[in-house]
This record gives sequence, C-alpha cells and structure tokens, in this order.
Amino acid sequence: MPEARAAELMQERAGRPPVMLPGQSYSSITDQIAGVVLTRKISVGWLLLFGAAGFFLTLLMYAIAYLLMRGVGIWGINIPIAWGFAIINFVWWIGIGHAGTFISAILLLLKQTWRNSINRFAEAMTLFAVMCAGLFPLLHLGRPWLFYWLIPYPNTMTTWPNFRSPLVWDIFAVSTYFTISLLFWYQAIVPDLATLRDHAVNRTVRKIYGVFALGWRGSARHWERFESGYLLLAGLATPLVLSVHTVVSFDFSVADMPGWHESIYPPYFVSGAIFSGFAVVLLLAIPIRKFYHLEDFVTLRHLDNCGKFMIATGLLVTYTYVAETFFSWYGTDVYGAWWSWNRQHGAYRIVWILDVLMVCAVPITLWIGRVRRSPTLLFLVSLDIVIGMWIERVMIVIITLNSTHLPSSYGLYIPTRWDWAVLLGTVGFFMVCFLLFLRLVPMIPIFEMRKLAHEIEIPEK
Amino acid sequence: MIWGLLAQFETSVDLLAAARRAYASGYRRMDAYSPFPISDLAAAIGFHKTHVPLVCLVGGIIGGVGIYMLQYWINVFAYPINVGGRPLHAWPSFIPPTFEITVLFAGFGAFFGMWALNGLPKLFHPLFNVERFTSASRDGFFLCIEAADPQFDLDDTRSFLLSLHANAVEEVPYR
Repeated sequence: MPEARAAELMQERAGRPPVMLPGQSYSSITDQIAGVVLTRKISVGWLLLFGAAGFFLTLLMYAIAYLLMRGVGIWGINIPIAWGFAIINFVWWIGIGHAGTFISAILLLLKQTWRNSINRFAEAMTLFAVMCAGLFPLLHLGRPWLFYWLIPYPNTMTTWPNFRSPLVWDIFAVSTYFTISLLFWYQAIVPDLATLRDHAVNRTVRKIYGVFALGWRGSARHWERFESGYLLLAGLATPLVLSVHTVVSFDFSVADMPGWHESIYPPYFVSGAIFSGFAVVLLLAIPIRKFYHLEDFVTLRHLDNCGKFMIATGLLVTYTYVAETFFSWYGTDVYGAWWSWNRQHGAYRIVWILDVLMVCAVPITLWIGRVRRSPTLLFLVSLDIVIGMWIERVMIVIITLNSTHLPSSYGLYIPTRWDWAVLLGTVGFFMVCFLLFLRLVPMIPIFEMRKLAHEIEIPEK
Repeated sequence: MIWGLLAQFETSVDLLAAARRAYASGYRRMDAYSPFPISDLAAAIGFHKTHVPLVCLVGGIIGGVGIYMLQYWINVFAYPINVGGRPLHAWPSFIPPTFEITVLFAGFGAFFGMWALNGLPKLFHPLFNVERFTSASRDGFFLCIEAADPQFDLDDTRSFLLSLHANAVEEVPYR
C-alpha cells in the first residue's frame, strides 16, 4: 500500500473528514454492521415506520385493484393530456434509481473509495425505485395483464413489436437496467451473507443465509474472479446508467411536440436523474447513520461529497432551463416560442415557478460548506430537491401536452384522488422494501469496509 | 482420510508471505482464504489468469449480434410495417435495443461465468468441518494445503506450515 494513498485516505487534506473514523478493526467492523441484522432487536421506531409504509402499500394495492376493475378512466388523464401522473412518476422514480448505479459503478471505476460504505443501500434504493417506476407504464397500458405483448416472442397472432418506436426501446432499457443492477447488488452481498451464515446463532437463520451465500468461503482464486466479474459488471453498468434515462428521454424527444423535440433531452434527463438520486441517497443515509450508529462508516465526508454532486448536476439542470428558454426565444419555431411563453405565463405557471425555486434556487445553498456538512440542513435541501424534481417532471409532461400545435386540442389535467393514491402508494412500497432490506441484509458492504481498513493500514486484529 | 491441512495466520501480510513460501517449496494444490480480497494473494498461490472477461465478451457478442439479427428479421421479413415509405431496415432505431441486450448478455456472462468458474453454488465444503474456519469471513487468514498435492505428507507439511509462523495448524476431515 503506497503510503501517500494511505495518508490521503486517512487524513485527507486539512479540514476534510476521513472516509472511516479511526478505532475500527476487522472484527469490530464485522460485529457492528452484521450486528444490525443478527442481534439488534426490532425497534419501536422501525415498527412505526413499517406500519406507516405498510398503510401506503395497502393503499397502493387498493388503488391498483380499483384501477383493474374500472380502467384508467379513474385517473385524471384524457386527450390531450393522456400521460399524466403515470409517466411523471415513472420518470421520477427511474431517475431516483440512477444514483445507486452511479455510486456503485462509476465511482468504483474512478477509484473513489468513499463510495464503499454507501453503495450497498444506494443500490438497494435503485432496485426498489426501478420496481416502483416499472409499475407505472404497466398500469398505464390500460390492460396491464397483456404487458408481454411488448416483448418480441412468437405468438399465435403472428404480430411483432415495431423496433422503430421508443416505447419498445423502453422495455429493453428498463428491464436490462433492473436485471444488471440486481446481479451487481447480489454479487457484492454474497461474501457478506457468508459472514452472516458463519456468525448467526439461530440454526434456521444460518441455513437461510447459507443457501443465499452459495457456499462462499473466501478463497483467493474465488476473490480474484469475483473482483474481475465485479469490475466487468461495473464497466457494463456505467454506460447502462447513462443509457436508461437517455432512452426514457427519447420517449419525449422523438415525438414532434413543442418543448419535447429537443436534442438536449438526453443529458438533461440524465443529470436530473442523478440530481434527484443523490438527494434520495441522502434522505436515506442521514437517518440511517444516526439511528443505527453508523457515523464511523458513513461520515460527514460522504454527505459532503454527495452535496457536491448535487451542486454539479443541479447546475446542469439549470443550464438546460436557460438553454430551452433562450432557444425558444431565439429560434424560429413559433410553437416552441408559444410553449415557452405558456410555461411561464399559462395555466400551469405555478408549476414553473415552484420548479425554478426548488430545483435551481434552493440548491444554491449547497455551495456553503456548512450546509453540506450539517446533516439536518442537507436533509432539508435533499427533500426540497426530490419534490422539486417531481415538479419538474410535471412541468415536462403536462405543459407540453396542455398546449400543442392546435388550439382545438388545448386542455387541462387535474389529478384525481386515485392518481395521488398510486403515487403515495409507491412511496409506501419503496419504504416497505427498504425497511425490510435494512433488517435482512448488511446495509454496508462488510468485506469492502475490511478492505478499506486494510488499505488505510489500521493495526490488524 | 483428511482433505488437507489448514493453517491460520495472524495478519494478511503473514498469509501472503506464507503463500509465497509454500509455492516456492513446490506446493501447488493449495488455496488461501481471507475475509476480503487481498491483492497478489491469488498470484502468490500460482493463479494468474481468470477467464471471466472472456465469458463476458462471448456473452456480449452473442447478445448484440442476436438482438440485431432478431430486429432485422422482425422488421424486414416477419412483420414489415410501412410508415410513410421509411426504410424497414432502420438501423439507427435498432441501436438502443442492441446496446441494451449486449450489456445484458455480457452481464450474464460476467455474473454467471464468475460463479460457474468458481464452482459455486456448492453449499458444502470440507473446510466447513473446521470450527475455526468461520473466522475466514470475519478476521481470519488461512492457507490450506490439500492432501491431493503430490508433495503432501501429513507430518512434513504440518511442520512446514508451522515454520511459516502459523498460529495453528489443523487437519481438515472430509466429513
């Protein structure tokens, strides 16, 4: 281990907190992180949260059951605004998912060791967010039970999907993204499941973890292939994470609609996705590190770095707003100019004002180091960003459809209670999944923390 | 009947040095076990090349070529749809699915190839018979010389392992 790097990891430049606080050993790391799963009792707080999340999950199931009975007419959608909450929430959820893969894959390739303690739950967040996202286009199909018609398979109708449609690309992008994220996540969990298998007291628990640990025994040959496979998956996930939201943005930009038909859409969507994703990572990380006493592993350095990522991606989003507004004024497309005017002065101007305030203005406070290093303030800014990014998707979807080329097809969209029920319901579903994850799987990769401790040369034993 | 001799070491540095010495002394059927990946450890026991990248590459090629051919066949032959006379073989539109399925199959190659080459899942292994081996997933560093090694001799190998500053040397029974 080169001393310069060790010194950098441990001390960092003056004023920057370390990636792991001193005083940890391999066994203390193992006990502290595995203990959350193996020995810690279920707390009242966890139960209360689980109950609340379960309530919203029940609401989701109720709303879906009613939707299947009555059809999409129970939502506020109609012509011209046929997309409504379904697509807004789809884009919002899948955008949130991006930070997990970004943290785990791109930062791994860039050798950012600080990622090691937050990648596991960021990836879990990705999986659950993509599940929520995938639900919306399916429900929006009208006949969700026929969703498999989108997949190319030989059928008795002798029909095939049209690969020139971005909606077909979506199926490939989202399902590949989910599958690769799942494999990437599970692979890194296997050595930790072996730890749980070896240290669980209860026989049944040991057997269950034993099966999922696949018989992992930490052989040097296995580790070599493991790391090789892990790097390959990271390398594959890196272009993938950029491609998913690019394909989602094609759903919009391929259409000839004012405000959608723009070449800036792919980078606009990807930066917005990572922006909201980091905000959700912080919304989860800040309470978790406090309640599970993991401040040694998720340090202020992690919060600080996530804050910096939000500054960068937030500025990219702001740039897009400026560019869109400028080009609609400077360009010759009258419909583009009308769209931009309508965005700022039309029926939905409040959406635009809130969007600019929450997405562009409030995150400016992140430039102040004290805000990035204060968990409470950072939590509030992250909450603002997550809601702001949802409002941004309302703006994108609704304002374009609200006033397209023909005045005869102008219209308004007002969400019904069922729209809200499904949105809140997916939040409940997400929280239920995440709370179960916290109790069933080590939320911080134990073997990577041991490796990190090895690299910063803490005394062994 | 024993499967091998298992030696535990105090630190990763000791384990690495022991693995190198064992390889230099001519032992080949052996493996080192650690709670986290240690660089150079696999090389020290004579394992230099993993074939995971190759499996990954093959998977990617199969996926990419396969999905492109499928799209071509579907849109040109099986179900041609004429949209304003636009070309049926619309290759730019075929790129997003081609990219996604290439990544998907390459990922399958990397993931399933890695497990297959490792011979996992394999829920039972003779090493799990040794009580102290549970610390291999916590803070224990182990070197195991297998009885199948031509140079293996119970007494000689045991004294050799002890000479490498092993904390303890234990026999690994088959069952």
